[in-house]
Amino acid sequence: MQKISLTLATASLLIAAATTTQAADGRDYISIVGSSTVYPFSTAVAEQFGKTTKFKTPKIESTGTGGGIKLFCAGGGVDSPDIANASRQIKKTELETCAKNGVGAPVELKIGYDGIVVANSKKAEPMKLTRKELFQALAKEIPAADGSLKANPYKTWKEINPNMPDSKIEVMGPPPTSGTRDAFVELVMDAGCEEFESIKAMKKTDEKKFKAVCQTVREDGAYVEAGENDNLIVQKLEANPKSLGIFGFSFLDQNTDKIQGSVIDGEAPTFDNIASGKYLVSRPLYIYVKKEHVDVIPGIKEYLGEYTSDRAMGENGYLAEKGLIPAPEKERKATAKDAKEMNAMVLK
Amino acid sequence: MNNQDPKAASPANGDDARPMSTIERVSLTLPRRYGKERRFRLFGFSAIVVSLLFLVLLLGSICSKGYTAFQQTRIRLDVFFDPAQLDVKNLASANYAGLVRDAVFALFPEVESRQDKRLVAKLASGGAAYDLQRMVMDRPDLIGSTQSLWLLADDEVDMFLKGHIPREVPESERRVSDKQIVWIDHLVASDRLEKRFNTVFFTAGDSREPELAGIRGAAMGSFYTLVVTLLLSFPIGVAAAVYLEEFAPKNNWTDLIEVNINNLAAIPSIVFGLLGLAVFLNFMNLPRSASTVGGLVLTLMTLPTIIIASRASLKSVPPSIREAALGVGASKMQTIAHHVLPLAMPGMMTGAIIGMARALGETAPLLMIGMVAFIVDVPQGFSDPATVLPVQIYLWADSPERAFVERTSAAIMVLLLVLLMMNAVAVFLRNKFERRW
Repeated sequence: MQKISLTLATASLLIAAATTTQAADGRDYISIVGSSTVYPFSTAVAEQFGKTTKFKTPKIESTGTGGGIKLFCAGGGVDSPDIANASRQIKKTELETCAKNGVGAPVELKIGYDGIVVANSKKAEPMKLTRKELFQALAKEIPAADGSLKANPYKTWKEINPNMPDSKIEVMGPPPTSGTRDAFVELVMDAGCEEFESIKAMKKTDEKKFKAVCQTVREDGAYVEAGENDNLIVQKLEANPKSLGIFGFSFLDQNTDKIQGSVIDGEAPTFDNIASGKYLVSRPLYIYVKKEHVDVIPGIKEYLGEYTSDRAMGENGYLAEKGLIPAPEKERKATAKDAKEMNAMVLK
Repeated sequence: MNNQDPKAASPANGDDARPMSTIERVSLTLPRRYGKERRFRLFGFSAIVVSLLFLVLLLGSICSKGYTAFQQTRIRLDVFFDPAQLDVKNLASANYAGLVRDAVFALFPEVESRQDKRLVAKLASGGAAYDLQRMVMDRPDLIGSTQSLWLLADDEVDMFLKGHIPREVPESERRVSDKQIVWIDHLVASDRLEKRFNTVFFTAGDSREPELAGIRGAAMGSFYTLVVTLLLSFPIGVAAAVYLEEFAPKNNWTDLIEVNINNLAAIPSIVFGLLGLAVFLNFMNLPRSASTVGGLVLTLMTLPTIIIASRASLKSVPPSIREAALGVGASKMQTIAHHVLPLAMPGMMTGAIIGMARALGETAPLLMIGMVAFIVDVPQGFSDPATVLPVQIYLWADSPERAFVERTSAAIMVLLLVLLMMNAVAVFLRNKFERRW
């Protein structure tokens, strides 16, 4: 008995010691954090990179854009991540936090675009929507005829537009922590909102209120927060053909036999429409690289080289197969150049 | 009891009506009482039936979705190890994907256009090239020969053959085009496509390509994490329990400690993750995502469970054992080490195993310390970045590729099997070593 406990105690001490010494040495793999939207692309590149080079495969955590940038900006030491994935541009306040913690301006690389789709089950009729109608369906408050605000009265799509089906408004989408939600609010709700003259006027006089009106999603059950798991939304759409779901294009791309994307402002969410910019609800995706780590952690430059190469993010690259919408050639060239020369972003 | 005491019957009835005997009144209510009892039993029985139904539903849906993942479609290709492409001095960077492509093209000489060629090449997995590379590096004498090899097929071919991509729907609604279906049918007809046991699933780490993804990395991560947890939480838990049960005086302080331990056992596990983040990562600067840190956090989580179980099993050792040992001259420490602890050990081990089983299924606290991550390389030690089985399940469940659906369920099956085994060991230990007084 005593012998056993003695062995156990020694063993645990040994492990603790081994780990601490390991922590003191540097890291020999790249550490990446951030957006769950960029995660499928960064992981694909990481795998390719790990299998074809002598470097270790980077470690990638899916923390959400905000959480990732927070970790990224927490400090400049090697225990902090080297790259942050983001499904939106880094905010000014975040850059300030970075600077305060001794992290210089990061290198910003735009890797491509992602379309946000509103989709429903193949069992139902395809929907034709405008951003204004989506705003009317999902905002907490909408302008009344006299210009004042009232609580959203719409219960069915038909009430918004007589040409639409007489079914209950039920939209499943991501929670507020998600970058997809941020982008949806910005690209759809804000734009739809501005089509009302009374609110548009408000933008000039009271921007705070304008934002509050446009970006607050209703909470009476018409919008269902379905969590970060987009696969789950796809399954729920299948079970409930009357509802709509909001998620990234790659999930529509993989499930074309089960769901169909709604036409928004006259354009269907197809690969070509998003790439050409015709489909309006799309957003750029970024990765941010900590310049200070480039010479400390082995392989960062090579990883970025792989990421920005034509066979990865090019028009027929393997990232396009994973659902990334490639940027126009000119933008891709600029990104590759920034990656090669490690040009830090210009702070405004 | 046939007593006809008039006082017992209702006095209002007077003399004319014969007063009711107790037995009669009891038998009047009997049907109702039996009915109640039957319903009571029925409630219990239906509760069991309902929970069994749910269990069957859960297991059934997982198994029916997951069992196909244990097979993987392979494609038989006649690969020519072209000496022109394979430079013996530089085998690591040769174009193995090209070898695979050429072998596929050889099967379909009629395919001409560039676009179609790309589609044809996609029948084989991108991982096939890595297999070839490994083969050639091991046996350079293969160069120049032609080998008939069963290589990995693409995940979409696999999904199609398993029926997860329907054949009947219009071409635009599935990821396998009509042309590809013709090719696949041709391959099946010529015995070049076959479903085989999916060894990759058990030998590889995570991957973004479903056909290359395996649970080995996560399983090893779980193993290292649990080793750390067991090595730390068992001795500490047992020592704490022994002290509290055998040495500590009964006063307000020990009461306070006891209340706190019971309380800690019920705290949501994410709180331990936050604690781990603050103490182990931010203060002690241990590496992020390492299984050691995961083990430390899970130790915090399982300690209360182990302490409570250990105290209960110490309590169940009869005082006569202690008194007898002390009576023949054993010291307090000898009494505990030679008699009480060995007798309490089965109960303690059961508690520890149940605590470990809970730790094995935990994801929430690991989120905070960076173990929810994409990690391809199988961890080789305690400080390598690692992830664990439940996290792997979570990550796959969130992946868009259809082939990950069956892999998610298969990983759940493996996890359930491990949990079942751990619980079986706990039951076995209890039955084998437990002594009743």
